Amino acid sequence: MRISMDIELQDAPGQLVNALKPISEFKGNLVSVVHHHEKRTPRGTIPVQVVFETESLSIDTLITKLEQIGVDIIRVDEKKYLERGTVILIGHIVHTDLGDTIDTIDKTGYAEVVELHLSMPNINQSSSASFKLDAVGKKELRDAISLLRSIADKKNIVLIEPIESEIL
Amino acid sequence: MKTIKASLIGFGSVGQGVAKVLLRKQQELKLLGLDIKVVAIADSKTAAINLAGLNLEEILKRKESEGIVGDEKANGNEIILDIEHDLVIETTPTNIDTGGVGLLNMLTAFSKKRHVVTSNKGPLALRYRELESLASRSGCAFKFEATVGGAMPLLNLVRNTLAGNEVLSIEGIFNGTCNYILSRMMEEHATYELMLAEAQELGIAEKDPSYDVEGIDTACKLVILANAIFGMDVTYKDVSITGISRITPEALMLAEADGYVIKLIGEVSKNRIQVAPRLVPIGHPLAVGGTLNVASLQTDLAGPVIVVGRGAGSIETASAILSDIISIYKN
Repeated sequence: MRISMDIELQDAPGQLVNALKPISEFKGNLVSVVHHHEKRTPRGTIPVQVVFETESLSIDTLITKLEQIGVDIIRVDEKKYLERGTVILIGHIVHTDLGDTIDTIDKTGYAEVVELHLSMPNINQSSSASFKLDAVGKKELRDAISLLRSIADKKNIVLIEPIESEIL
Repeated sequence: MKTIKASLIGFGSVGQGVAKVLLRKQQELKLLGLDIKVVAIADSKTAAINLAGLNLEEILKRKESEGIVGDEKANGNEIILDIEHDLVIETTPTNIDTGGVGLLNMLTAFSKKRHVVTSNKGPLALRYRELESLASRSGCAFKFEATVGGAMPLLNLVRNTLAGNEVLSIEGIFNGTCNYILSRMMEEHATYELMLAEAQELGIAEKDPSYDVEGIDTACKLVILANAIFGMDVTYKDVSITGISRITPEALMLAEADGYVIKLIGEVSKNRIQVAPRLVPIGHPLAVGGTLNVASLQTDLAGPVIVVGRGAGSIETASAILSDIISIYKN
């Protein structure tokens, strides 16, 4: 997941390195660090915006560590899912246990079905559905789609995936 | 001036297209130093033979009025075997189960050391390696640009223009019939059955459409690309195939709402050969409509290269055959 964190540092040499060290020890991959030196707060601290990616599902230990060394954490924003993909399904989607189809994706822990549109024109006709999947990364999105592919095969549902260059 | 004696085996839509193009381009061919004399033509029932060169105009007329090309009873294979000539233009219909007469014609041509230019996919989708090695052992050219994407240049594009590049993958639309049906279903919000019927009425789809709509035709073309460009040794039985007959108008509308069209996409790379309906973003170069074909090649040096063109049609396919013939004799 991607973490965006607003912190405040004392205006003294070495403070930034000090604050970033625990993130690197946490195996966080830094995406950007913006040091707002010109926006000194009334408290005399310097606001810093840090964005990083991590495979860890919880950052509680990192937050404790930062607080211990005196870093003020103002705001933490976690964005678990970085990738979104669309697929279309055609067949007896509802009667082959739609709940189970969705659950299989949701249970992975790395992807979720976040949107579903369903069209059922007639009782004896095939239904069509579009699924939007969110996943923590590109690889996970691929994995979720191939998991869906194997479910669709078993349930005799046609799965229409995006072209390769869309997922790459 | 180089005089080339050719036979034209198969005189359906493509064969007749070749005859018309040879007539139309006579002057241009002469400027290139080529005098192509068609010494024998065979359709499924009859044949015309003249070692001094046939009158193509007369034969085209006779085919149109009487449905035959001449009074000879020889079949295509006998012509290849017995008539002395340099080049066999093989345009008999594709047979995907056995390779049909086309396979036999090609084997015979190479055994008699005659070059082959063909539009017939069946033999290539089943016995590519064997044909290729037979051709090279007998010192014959074996050209088949017309088998993939009709007039759209693909094999020669990779072999000549993009020479030196490694092609990493090719994906695209290789069947105009499927593209027409899907494009029309989207435009009219109509069912597959209705738009198939329209395509059949317009002559875009065959009476038995399964070869096109079930993705077999696309699969054959991918196999030819896999063997000829990626150096693989596969037949069409190795391709994972899903056709378009289960696509619903509702699916197309749902796709559209998300910014996609649905196209029957053929995809080939070193580890995957697959035909399946796929979501293509609206405005993407692969999202071409009507009966057009399109191919997107990923290459290591040139990056992505995309070609769009007419994948079928009598004159269009003949254009690919003519360019193959010229490329043999220009060297």
